[in-house]
Amino acid sequence: MPVTTTSAPRLRKPGGAEAGLPASAPRPPARVRVRSTQWAALGFLAPLIVYLLACYAYPLYRNIDLSLHDYTVRSFVQGGADFAGLENYRDVLTDDGFLPALRNTFLFTFVSIAAQYAIGLALAVFFRNNFRLSAVLRGMFLVPWLLPLIVSGSTWAWMLNSDNGIVNTVLESFGAGRINWLTDPGWALVSVIIANIWLGVPFNLVILYSGLQNIPEELYEAAALDGANAWQQFWRITFPLLRPVSGITLLLGLVYTLKVVDVIWIMTTGGPGGASTTLAVWSYREAFGTGLPDFSPAAAIGNLLLLIALAFGFLYLHLQRRQERT
Amino acid sequence: MTRLPRPARTSLALGAALCTLAGAAACSSSASSGEGGDGGPAGAYTWWDPYPQHDDSSGWAQRVAKCGTEAGVTIERTAYDTTALTNQALLAAQEGTSPDIILLDNPAVSTLAETGMLTTMEEFGLDTSGIDENLLAAGVLDDQAYGIPIGANTLALYYNQQVLDEAGVDPASVTDWDSLTAALEQVTGAGHKGITFAAIGTEEGSFQFLPWFWGAGADLRDLSSADAVEALELWSGWLESGYAPNSVINNSQNTTWEEFLTGDFGFALNGTWQVNSAAEAGFPTGVLPVPAQDGGAAPAPTGGEFITAPVQDDTARYEVTKKIVECMTTPEGMVETATTFAYYIPPTADGQQQLLADSPDLRPWVDAVRVARGRTSDNLGTDYPKISEALWTAVQKALSGAADPADALAEAQAAAEDEIG
Repeated sequence: MPVTTTSAPRLRKPGGAEAGLPASAPRPPARVRVRSTQWAALGFLAPLIVYLLACYAYPLYRNIDLSLHDYTVRSFVQGGADFAGLENYRDVLTDDGFLPALRNTFLFTFVSIAAQYAIGLALAVFFRNNFRLSAVLRGMFLVPWLLPLIVSGSTWAWMLNSDNGIVNTVLESFGAGRINWLTDPGWALVSVIIANIWLGVPFNLVILYSGLQNIPEELYEAAALDGANAWQQFWRITFPLLRPVSGITLLLGLVYTLKVVDVIWIMTTGGPGGASTTLAVWSYREAFGTGLPDFSPAAAIGNLLLLIALAFGFLYLHLQRRQERT
Repeated sequence: MTRLPRPARTSLALGAALCTLAGAAACSSSASSGEGGDGGPAGAYTWWDPYPQHDDSSGWAQRVAKCGTEAGVTIERTAYDTTALTNQALLAAQEGTSPDIILLDNPAVSTLAETGMLTTMEEFGLDTSGIDENLLAAGVLDDQAYGIPIGANTLALYYNQQVLDEAGVDPASVTDWDSLTAALEQVTGAGHKGITFAAIGTEEGSFQFLPWFWGAGADLRDLSSADAVEALELWSGWLESGYAPNSVINNSQNTTWEEFLTGDFGFALNGTWQVNSAAEAGFPTGVLPVPAQDGGAAPAPTGGEFITAPVQDDTARYEVTKKIVECMTTPEGMVETATTFAYYIPPTADGQQQLLADSPDLRPWVDAVRVARGRTSDNLGTDYPKISEALWTAVQKALSGAADPADALAEAQAAAEDEIG
């Protein structure tokens, strides 16, 4: 409720000004001109509207349509699927695999983005001090982002192989025991999280680094004159001033991470026996992972993911508004 | 055909959009549909197969083209990845742009037949009586054949002669599960690795487990039977004793083969498609049928593709399609396919005789194919993929120690029953 009261006056201000304009200047020819420019404006908007309808509205409608019907392969081809209402959602929510998948999704997402953000921020601050070859080094940190996922996923799977993987070879040479990274139900999720953190650090590094460029140098000079050490400078200047950039980085990271399928699918196919299955992987498996495509539950799971992402989107907006107010 | 017709372009755009947002459901790009079906120029017949490894200059592509020329048309061939092919076929059927011919992986035949998008061989007037019944069965739904196998492959145990010699194991002594486990013990005792197989959480995992499952006498309709539990205990026992590496849980069949080629393993479970690779391995190899629990050869699942003809709006096209199918399925045609791929066993007795006359080394594979069993046979049809998913999940749980074999299979049976309804 307080959100609407703060935003309403801001909206009213430009609206009121526009409404006042034709009222204070009632000239008929001007009105005609306004109308023709409106048509032109609509004309310019049309491609965007078509794009939005074709690329966002229709797929979303189709996904909801799929999830509310009981599509079999037969009705997928011939049409006439039975309307199932929320049956698919009920099946998904009461499935034995749902709670573990939900738990895995949240673990995967939050551990990934927390670590990606922390490491990305540490590196961004590190690279803020320009030193020799820092640009080259920064460029090299982008490699995980540039590699095709099938390459990096396979490489991680190969490095974490129980018997021949380099990680276990190193562990064993230091006297530590062997870990069945991808094949132990307790480690499979950890393994895919590690790989996903590695993949997401460059994104965080780039965004946070560009955010750092916008913090005026004088603030650090003033803080240094006041006797603030590096640690204090970070917590009193860098971190608070980076908050808007951090917010959007975390939100984007969350949306990207929630829907990750490829890394997990390549490394473990969600196994062993569902131990690393997230909601996104589950949805993919229903639709494409077995010999019999089952689109309706897949769409239902996909829509649940959309809802989760949407909820966090609203949370972000809420936090942002609250911050603007203070 | 570089310019797509307008509706195709729209559907392409929509398809692409669908993929971007609702990637999880209902799609993979429909880009190909513009080239498929009725959109092609007159005289061109469209052909989809799951062999992207064979490009346009390959022997296989030339063989396909020749069948077109003989029928008086040109064939436009498009190759997809096996799993992508099923989805593409479904999408094309939905849009009414099915190709004239699809070569389908055998368990997919009943799935697509179920949609009503495939014609029966009877409608085409094609005789399927000469085809080995166990091989044809995978494409039969309610007594109707929806395709003809162009060749078959199956699984058997490859062994490394050098490793077995060093361990003092005579391959001929491996006749049942006990003797196999004893051989594995000897091989690992001699400092080598025992056996490798693929237990990955996909269809490949079920495919590799089935010879043991069936070899114990278990039935796919009852995953939790005592026989099934014994089969799974055999595998999990090997892992516990260190006869098989822990990584098999995540192994695909390709990875398994790579492991075997290191020369360190005594045995590997793999398919007819590795015959050439085995011959080129850096060590002498041999092949054994997968033993059944109490001796004899266990039925292994059949692999290989069926040639199918999707329903067309323009039924006048069927006449030529029939000629193309016939060209691929004559005994000579079957043998040619077998040699082109170097791993396909013809599905007819005639074809098998001819193949053996040319390459007598393939005898163990011909024998294995004769006793092999279709995964979707016994009218399991579209229930099979659901059962298979439950089965591979149980295998993964048992091997990774998340559940013991009996519990994992009981859970799998419950899940399968729930899915089939």
